[in-house]
Amino acid sequence: MSENLKALAWKLRMDTIDIIMAGGGGHIGGDMSVMEILTDLYFRQLKVAPENPEDPDRDYFILSKGHSMEAYYAVLCERGFLDLEDVKARFSKFDSPYIGHPHNTLPGIEMNSGSLGHGLPVAVGLALAAKRRGKPNRVYVVTGDGELAEGSNWEGFMSGAMFGLDNLCCIIDRNRLQISGSTEDVMALDDLKAKIAAFGWNVISLQDGNDLDELDAAFEQAKTVKDRPTCIIANTVKGKGSPVMENKAGWHHKVPSAEQYQEIMKDLEERKAALA
Amino acid sequence: MKNTIPNRKVICDVLMEHAKEDKDIMVLCSDSRGSASLTPFFDSFPEQAVEVGIAEQDLVGIAAGLAKAGMKPYAASPASFITTRSYEQCKVDCAYSDTNVKLIGISGGVSYGALGMSHHSAQDIAAMSAIPNMRVYLPSDRHQTRHLMEALLKDEKCAYIRTGRNPVEDVYTEENCPFEMNHATVLTEGTDAAIIACGEMVRPALDAAALLEEKGIHATVLDMYCVKPLDEAAVIKAAQNAKAVITVEEHSPFGGLGSMVAQVVSANCPKKVVNIALPDAPVVTGTSGEVFEYYGMTGEGIAKKVLEAIG
Repeated sequence: MSENLKALAWKLRMDTIDIIMAGGGGHIGGDMSVMEILTDLYFRQLKVAPENPEDPDRDYFILSKGHSMEAYYAVLCERGFLDLEDVKARFSKFDSPYIGHPHNTLPGIEMNSGSLGHGLPVAVGLALAAKRRGKPNRVYVVTGDGELAEGSNWEGFMSGAMFGLDNLCCIIDRNRLQISGSTEDVMALDDLKAKIAAFGWNVISLQDGNDLDELDAAFEQAKTVKDRPTCIIANTVKGKGSPVMENKAGWHHKVPSAEQYQEIMKDLEERKAALA
Repeated sequence: MKNTIPNRKVICDVLMEHAKEDKDIMVLCSDSRGSASLTPFFDSFPEQAVEVGIAEQDLVGIAAGLAKAGMKPYAASPASFITTRSYEQCKVDCAYSDTNVKLIGISGGVSYGALGMSHHSAQDIAAMSAIPNMRVYLPSDRHQTRHLMEALLKDEKCAYIRTGRNPVEDVYTEENCPFEMNHATVLTEGTDAAIIACGEMVRPALDAAALLEEKGIHATVLDMYCVKPLDEAAVIKAAQNAKAVITVEEHSPFGGLGSMVAQVVSANCPKKVVNIALPDAPVVTGTSGEVFEYYGMTGEGIAKKVLEAIG
């Protein structure tokens, strides 16, 4: 399972690159870093079903770093919520439903985002609703790391702990880069684990946030914690998958040239093939 | 007899009446339950009450999450803060994501009197009306507030409701309070002038009409509690028959009821439109009553403006 899932994450990166090329734009760096987080959630963790997307007992997923939409499209297509060929044909085109941020008129997408710092408070509300009703829903929200400079996140960290929401899990895509450079140079976050723990959360820091086994173990551990929410700091690599774009802030939002496209796809294919 | 019940208390009463049966009704406050008259709700329905502390962005975001899960959240916080501190949450998490969040702006306009511009909400109508899929309601008295709340409990779209802090004189009676959702209420009919008011300016507008009547001037008075969606047909009908249109609102002169009425009148039946509003400046220090007196937002002040407008 795990090897197949790892191969799937590389395949989904290739789909993501194709979506970006077709639409002529995309937040490629964060798409690549968040891929294993989305893959593990949608293929091992989330109780969601394309045939019944409004099931009241479903788990909820919120993409707070909404600009990683191209990666999210690839995952939603693979999971059966959307059609990849349709997404590629219409992404970012005139009058298309497939825009550059989550839009909840599409099946499988719960909330609209784009502006940063919105997801965690909304996730707190979703988790609180389940708690008050005594229902089993779990709530997952993925934020970026640069996004954490938005104060609304820290309001959410406070209320999530105050309400004892052990059905809430926040995953931080800690790729350490934002559009202007290193997160630590732009507005320092470290010691991020200590900060969030001080807010009363169970915090799990992953050595390799692009490792599906590490991620899945953290999700399982989160389910065993009582009376407080869990934050998983997934230390990821921005642009993960090809030296062309890895750890380069300039690839926050970029469309590869034809040559770069060939090189990136070759790198991704090789990594996928190595698992076969 | 002078009314002593503020509109905000009626909101609490209606929510408590329904919360007994409907466990999806949730009330959220940002350290504002006392100001909102919602303490009885928090005491009686702790499982349906959520305190988020002084954090309006969290307040509205959490409300949107509750709504997404199928609950019916009512988030109450001073109008100034819930509309502008959490403006983006209102826009993205409520209106854009199409969640059933009812945003209750308490102590609206200049209710907070001498506390100053930080606490005044003279921009809320403009700000909230500019958001697609957001409705804006300013009920005029306690009776209409009850009807509005009953109607809002039945729908599943987001809305912003602004009330003042102080009791206001009744416009209606318990027995006689005609109410149709998203339709203005015609309080008086006359062809000399049309006075269109919202919220707590409706009562002085009605007082102005009575003063004008004594002088033989007949005015139509519209209670435009539904600022958005504006009852355009009622505006056009009132304006067509009048020599001039006078709007009255406890709001900035820009982007509120006056601006919207002027747009409708100029496009459909061009006519002089005079807007009575707060100034584009920090308002004079005083109680809200003193502020209204100073800016001519009283029966006498409005009647004077009507006379000037119709020459």
